[in-house]
Amino acid sequence: MTTVASFNVEYKQYLSPAGELVGDITPDIATDFEQLKALYETMVMTRVFDTKAITLQRTGKLGTYASSLGHEGVHVGIGSAMNYEDVFAPSYREYGVQFCRGVKMSEVLLFWGGDERGSNFSGPKHDFAWCVPIATQNTHAAGAALSFKLRKEPRCTVSVIGDGGSSKGDFLESINAASAFKLPMVLVIINNGWAISVPREKQSSGETLAQKGIGGGLPSLQVDGNDLIAVHHEVKAALKRAREGGGATVIEAITYRIGDHTTADDASRYRDKDEVENAKKLEPIARVRRYLMNNNQWSVQQEEQLLERCKRMVESEVKVYMDTPMPPVTDMFDYMFAELPHDLVSQRKFAQELDK
Amino acid sequence: MSNITLVEAVSLALAYELKHDNDVVVLGEDVGINGGVFRATSGLAQEFGTDRVIDTPLAEAMIAGMTVGLAAQGMKPVAEAQFMGFIYPMIEHIVCHAARMRNRTRGRITCPLVIRAPFGGGIHAPELHSESVEAIFAHIPGIRVVIPSSPSRAYGLLLAAIRNPDPVLFLEPKRIYRLHKEEVIDDGEELPLDMCFELREGTDVTLVTWGSMIKETLEAADKLEKKGVSAEVIDVATISPIDMDTILESVEKTGRCVIIQEAAKHCSVSSEISATLADRGLYSLLAPVKRVTGYDTIMPLFKLEKKYMPTTQRIIDTVNEIMELSS
Repeated sequence: MTTVASFNVEYKQYLSPAGELVGDITPDIATDFEQLKALYETMVMTRVFDTKAITLQRTGKLGTYASSLGHEGVHVGIGSAMNYEDVFAPSYREYGVQFCRGVKMSEVLLFWGGDERGSNFSGPKHDFAWCVPIATQNTHAAGAALSFKLRKEPRCTVSVIGDGGSSKGDFLESINAASAFKLPMVLVIINNGWAISVPREKQSSGETLAQKGIGGGLPSLQVDGNDLIAVHHEVKAALKRAREGGGATVIEAITYRIGDHTTADDASRYRDKDEVENAKKLEPIARVRRYLMNNNQWSVQQEEQLLERCKRMVESEVKVYMDTPMPPVTDMFDYMFAELPHDLVSQRKFAQELDK
Repeated sequence: MSNITLVEAVSLALAYELKHDNDVVVLGEDVGINGGVFRATSGLAQEFGTDRVIDTPLAEAMIAGMTVGLAAQGMKPVAEAQFMGFIYPMIEHIVCHAARMRNRTRGRITCPLVIRAPFGGGIHAPELHSESVEAIFAHIPGIRVVIPSSPSRAYGLLLAAIRNPDPVLFLEPKRIYRLHKEEVIDDGEELPLDMCFELREGTDVTLVTWGSMIKETLEAADKLEKKGVSAEVIDVATISPIDMDTILESVEKTGRCVIIQEAAKHCSVSSEISATLADRGLYSLLAPVKRVTGYDTIMPLFKLEKKYMPTTQRIIDTVNEIMELSS
């Protein structure tokens, strides 16, 4: 017998749940305390926003909302590793990535508040909008990456997928495309343990989800998705390699969906309380705070001030959202095509008259 | 000017746009060195390079998804679905993304793409190579559906489809890919994407059709002429948006209408035309609107396919039937 190929999947963690540096290297971000504090603040802001959004939904001021509770580390880690000119192809709960890129909280609220104008968001105009059909964003990211390659632009795409979505064809086809065309792209599997009510182990009996990337011929690894430093460092390294022509990478980030799938879901129907309580001990924000405090970079007073600042900021964004007037009824016609086709002219007029 | 077939006109239009617009790329299965299984992209990879005419891995969802991604970042991709029977994995991207991207983002991201697909029966092909499912797409808001039926219309309509800032599904009637040649001037002149073409003037009956049934419809009109029935023939060409004004104007003149399509009858493009005639053209009608279509059955394999598809004689019989009813 001859072995014609062999593979291994590395697991990367640089910051332990106790807030201590671990691992074989110390990533630059770990000692750049100014940037680390800024990222910490974005994580906290994301969580304060998330809590508020759920309250808005519970009080009838927002539609169904997908919480990002527990994902702040992986999301901010990705967002902070990207360049502005890169393209992000999200799923629908990666607010932390998007806040790093300039998307406003009021725009996220508009989207979940049933208003298309939310997807005409601030930040990079080339970023994709929220993508409700699972995994289709991955092949869009591959297409965008091909456009950069054809135009010889030093840009990359980053796309995400959940553990459930890693079972879908578009995810696997995007890995294959990235491999065949050697695309400047990073695919992050945000493995939060649950696809609504279906646990990770029911998606695949493979030891890791990262190895699906290896099957397609891409360098693939696992990171602690609750470790901001690991996610930031590994995504940044993958982006650098992609920008230099080295092709795509698959990164499986292990985290946990502490909240329900969306506000329409009740996770207590299908998972143990103990599991959630244990997961909370590993959550990403506390460990960065511990690390900063251990290094005398953060104080209780700073924490209080930050929370106060986040609260004010979120309130002001909620006000922008709540004060946004209804879109005109004609909006449903006016953005279908560059030019309204003749068959829609009379329907537009009818809708307008009916709305008077 | 050259004397070319419909499939050669497709190739000519692609070459024109590849030459004049650097954002245009052609992609799909076998479209590169092989020039496509129908040779619609013949010679393009050799002329424009494999960065512009791209052989992809064999994955239709990926082709459509990447086409959306390319278009969203400002390229003008022209993808090929090798046969319309293989378009189904692409539908999620066409319906959920290409059609919605501009609307979803309130104009921030657009999808100027074309997906070309050969369709229709009559070429003795294997299963799922012969259907006409244009109605599936005509039902979807946000995309245009275009079907050329002659070399010059294929050239002009494909140029317009590629230049259009929104997604266009370009369905090529493969049975008439090489049916006849026509002089096509390679001048880059496009044709409108929202107009019917009147192929023949007449006064007694309006025959409305598109795609490869143009052949049988024109033959029927010729034969009817010899029997003293004057038929007007309209090639719909753009299934969505559909130019009902031209059809209504013709029916107002003739008072009779027969719609001919290869597709199954139920919930089809002919259903929409009939309904609109009932709504807006009822008082012009001297006889019921009739439809000559494929059966509402699964398209048979090729031993029976000729018995599935509408024939010239069926069109003539239907016209005679309504002429008698209203004489």
